[in-house]
Amino acid sequence: MKISVIITLKKDVLDPQGKVIHQTLDGMGFNNINEVRQGKYFEIDIEENDKKKSEDKIEEMCKKLLANLVIEDYKIIGSQ
Amino acid sequence: MNSSVITFPGSNCDRDMDVALKKFGFKNKMVWHNDNELPKSDLVVLPGGFSYGDYLRCGSMASKSKIMKSVINFAKSGGKVMGICNGFQILVESGLLPGVLLRNKYLEFICKNVFVKVNNKDNSYFKGISKDTLELTIAHNEGNYFCSKDQIKEIKDNNQVALSYCDENGKIDENQNPNGSIQNIAGIFNRDKNILGMMPHPERMIDQALLGEDGSVFFKNLINNIR
Repeated sequence: MKISVIITLKKDVLDPQGKVIHQTLDGMGFNNINEVRQGKYFEIDIEENDKKKSEDKIEEMCKKLLANLVIEDYKIIGSQ
Repeated sequence: MNSSVITFPGSNCDRDMDVALKKFGFKNKMVWHNDNELPKSDLVVLPGGFSYGDYLRCGSMASKSKIMKSVINFAKSGGKVMGICNGFQILVESGLLPGVLLRNKYLEFICKNVFVKVNNKDNSYFKGISKDTLELTIAHNEGNYFCSKDQIKEIKDNNQVALSYCDENGKIDENQNPNGSIQNIAGIFNRDKNILGMMPHPERMIDQALLGEDGSVFFKNLINNIR
């Protein structure tokens, strides 16, 4: 199965990269933006056909390596 | 006194640390990240650098390497483990120290001398140290110490703040904060004070011909305490 996961910074964690992207977009004329937050996207191809089992494994990976739960949240956004 | 410096792929301060430790009397061994066993050590050092190219998050890959299982066991049984710069990032990623090190507030790689205040001398790293503030060098892109409100309260309550960015007189304020760290934190201990993580590099300040000698003050004191 291919599982897609996104990792985002928690709401109250400062995201200086997002801020700079916001400022740059502003400078390019996209001036109706409220906020930009940058995150990470992973596509993981796992040798497992059961959706529940795959997602459980991916969740374990997120907790142990892919995300740092002090500052980040993870979300499985697709399985196929 | 026996020390071990771990070399990860991408470590680049490991040899400097080796030179510094030997200069002040440690019998140091270099240990490869893929080894399973730590040699007999009174001190284990995780050096600075860019382990695994800082992929994913700084220190995250190194924190899962083979040798780290032994380092974690060693630390949990009271062994002294010190992480400098990337080593500090590895310590927080491995869960041995609380919090995390984020990208510097103004997105710049910072390389300069700073003053840090020694906040707690009741531990084997700083006990008896002759100075209250040290001039050390920092060189990092991700040194912005962050943790939750509950964690910072716990860290303060247990006197776990080891070093804080300050001016040359030891005054701590936002003007002296190079990277946006919570409360100017430059280094912290675990609860039991056997694990120390810090962003400044004492190993780069051990000779007059280099940037200064406050690193010598630190190492001379360290070996006295561990002896």
